[in-house]
Amino acid sequence: MTSASSTTTQTFTAKVATPTTRLVGAMAIVSMAWVVLGGLFVTPSDVNQGDAVRIMYVHVPTAWVAYLAFIVTAIASACWLLSRKHAMGFDRVAGASAEVGVIFMAMTLLSGGLWGRITWGTYWAWDPRLTTTAFLLVTYIGYLAVRGLGGSLEQRARRSAVIALLAVLEIPLVHFSVLMWRSLHQRASVLSGDGDIKMDGSMLTTLLVGVIGFTCTFAWLVMHRSRVLAMQDAVQSSQLDAALQDRASESAGLK
Amino acid sequence: MSLVVDFRDAVVVFNGFPALAGATFQVTRGEVVLLQGPNGAGKTTLLRACAGLLPVVRGSANVLGIDLCVDRQSVRARVGLLGHANGLFADLTIRENILFWAQVIGASTDEVTATMHRMGIDGRIADEKVSLLSAGQKRRCALACLVVRRAELWLLDEPHAGLDAKGRDEIDAIIREASSFGATVLIASHELERTKGLATRSVSVVAGQVQ
Amino acid sequence: MSGLGARPISISRVARVIATKDLRIELRSRVVTNQVFPFAGLVMVMFAFALDNDAVLSRVAGGLVWLATLFSLIILVQRSFAVDSADGALEAQRVAGLDPAGIFIGKAIAVMAQLVVLEMLLLLAAVVLYRVELHISGVVLLVTCVICATAGLAFVGTLYGGLTAGARGRETLLPLLMLPVVAPVLIGATRATESAFTSGGAAVSDGWPWVGVLAVFAVVFAIGGILSFGSLIEE
Repeated sequence: MTSASSTTTQTFTAKVATPTTRLVGAMAIVSMAWVVLGGLFVTPSDVNQGDAVRIMYVHVPTAWVAYLAFIVTAIASACWLLSRKHAMGFDRVAGASAEVGVIFMAMTLLSGGLWGRITWGTYWAWDPRLTTTAFLLVTYIGYLAVRGLGGSLEQRARRSAVIALLAVLEIPLVHFSVLMWRSLHQRASVLSGDGDIKMDGSMLTTLLVGVIGFTCTFAWLVMHRSRVLAMQDAVQSSQLDAALQDRASESAGLK
Repeated sequence: MSLVVDFRDAVVVFNGFPALAGATFQVTRGEVVLLQGPNGAGKTTLLRACAGLLPVVRGSANVLGIDLCVDRQSVRARVGLLGHANGLFADLTIRENILFWAQVIGASTDEVTATMHRMGIDGRIADEKVSLLSAGQKRRCALACLVVRRAELWLLDEPHAGLDAKGRDEIDAIIREASSFGATVLIASHELERTKGLATRSVSVVAGQVQ
Repeated sequence: MSGLGARPISISRVARVIATKDLRIELRSRVVTNQVFPFAGLVMVMFAFALDNDAVLSRVAGGLVWLATLFSLIILVQRSFAVDSADGALEAQRVAGLDPAGIFIGKAIAVMAQLVVLEMLLLLAAVVLYRVELHISGVVLLVTCVICATAGLAFVGTLYGGLTAGARGRETLLPLLMLPVVAPVLIGATRATESAFTSGGAAVSDGWPWVGVLAVFAVVFAIGGILSFGSLIEE
C-alpha cells in the first residue's frame, strides 16, 4: 500500500508543471502584456466611441473564450459518453472548462454592460446575443451545481455529461426564440466588416493578440484545473485503497 | 446446480467507502441464505449489489448468469429487493399497488387475486389506503409485489424489522412458500433465532467480506 | 405462482401504467386540486395587485398566464417525484428494471394532463380578471399553443425532476436548472397567446410561427428525455 501511494505522489509532482503548461503560461503572460500596452497606449481611440472602444480588447476575447469553454465542455462530455472505457479525463476537462467558462462569461457580461452604458447609454439591452449569453451563464452555473450533487465519480460524470449535452440543445432554442422576439445588437464588426468601428491595423492586431492571450490563459487554467481535479479523484481512490486495507485488517482481527 | 450469485473478490463502493471489500460468495438455485453480521458490515450493500444497483468496481460478480461489471440493467427485472423502504405508493390501496406491478409485467388479475389471498391481504383490507396500514401489512403488500413480479432472486433486507410476533410468522411463511416455488432467497437479518430455522445455510458478513 | 422469470415489458405499457398510477394518486390525494390550482389562481390575483392597471393587465395577460403556469410546473414536478420517492417507489421501479424511457413518458403524460387543466383555469381567470377578449379565430391558435407548450413543459419538467429527485437541496436546484431551459416556451407561448387575445394590436396569424417554435421544443426535449432519463435517475 505504501508503495502504491508513493508512486501516486511521484506522478503528482511530475504532473504539476509540464513543458506544455509552462509554454502556454509564458505565451499567455507575453500576449496579455502586449494587450495591456497595445490596448491602453498604442491603439487610437475610436471616432464615435472614444476610449470606450478599448473595452473591446477584453470583451471580445472573453466572449470568445466563454463560448469556446462551453464547446469544449460539450465535446468532452460527448467523448466521455462515447468512449468505451468512460475515461475520467474527459469528465475532468469538461468540469474544468465549464468552471473557467462561467468566470469568463461573467466577465463578458460585465465588460459588455460597462461598454453598453457608455455607448448605448444602457447597461443591458434585450438583444439575442446578450440574452443567450446570460442564459448560457445561468445554465452552466446549474451544470456546476449538478457536478456538486455528490455520488460516485461515474455518476457525476454521467449526469453532468447529459446536462452539458442538453444545454447544447437548449442554447440554440433560446437564441432562436430571442432572435425571433427582437434584435437590435450591432453586427459583429470584425466578421462583417461594415460595423461602426473603423479598425486600423494596430487595433486589429491588438484584438487578435487579445484573443490569443485569453485563449492561452483559458488553456492554462483548464490544464491546471483538470490536474487538480485528477488529484482530488486520485485522493479519493487512494483513500479507497487505504479503506480496503483497513477493512481487511478489521476482518482479520475479528476472525 | 446452477449458481445464482457468484461474487469473487468483489469490491463495491458506496459513498466513497468500500462497503464490500473483496467479497467472495456463491449461492446456488433454491437456497435460502441468511446473511448475518454487525451493522455496517456490508450486508445491505451486498444485497443492493446483487440487485444491480451498485457498481462492482473490482473483482467479478455474476448474478443469474449476468456479469454485473458489464450489465447491471438486465438483471433487475429478475430480482426483487425489499429494503428498509417498502416501495409502495401511500395514496393507493393494497390492491392498486399490486395491480400496478401486475399491469407493468402483464400478469393477469386472477394472479393478483390469488396472490393477495395467499398473503392474507384480501377482503376488506385490500381496499385500504397503504398509508393507513400497519407495518406488517405494508411489508406483506411489498412481498406480494415481489411475488406478482415473479422475482427469481429475493433480496430481503431485515424483513422482520419493526414487526410483531404474528407479523414475523407471516413473513416466514411467505418466504418458505417462495422458496418452495423455486425462488432463491437472501435474507440479511439480526434475528438469528428466527431465521436459522428458515435458512438452508447461513454466512456471516464481517467488515465487507463474506466468511 | 405459475412460474418464475421475467416477461418482456414494452415501453408503451410502462408509460401507460405509470401515467395512470400518477393521475390516480393525484385524483385521490387532491393535492393538485386543493393546493396547486388555488396557488396558481392566487398568483394571478397578485399580478393584478402588483400591476394595478386594467389596460396593462389586458396587454400582458398572456405572459402572466404562462408565468403562473411555470411557477405551478415547479410544484407539480416536485410533487410528482415526491410521491415516488417517499417510500422508495422510484427506486423500486428502477430495481425492477422498468425501462426509464417508459417511466419518463408516463410521468410526463401525467404532468401534461394536470398542466392542461391548470392552463384552462388560468386562461379563464385571465378572461375574467384581466378582461381579455378571445375571438373564435383565436381559439384554434390558443388550443394548439396550449398543447405544444404543455408538452414541452412536461418533458423538460420530468427530465430535470428525475435528475433532482433524490438530491439534497432539490427544492432550489430544480428551478435553477429548469427555468432557463423553458425560457423559449415562455417567450413562444406568451407571444402566441397574445396573438390569440389580439392584445397590443397583434394579429392572430402572428402567433403561428411561435407555435412552430413550441412544437420543435417539445419534440427536442421528448427525444432528449427518452434517451437520457435512465442516465439521470441511475445511481
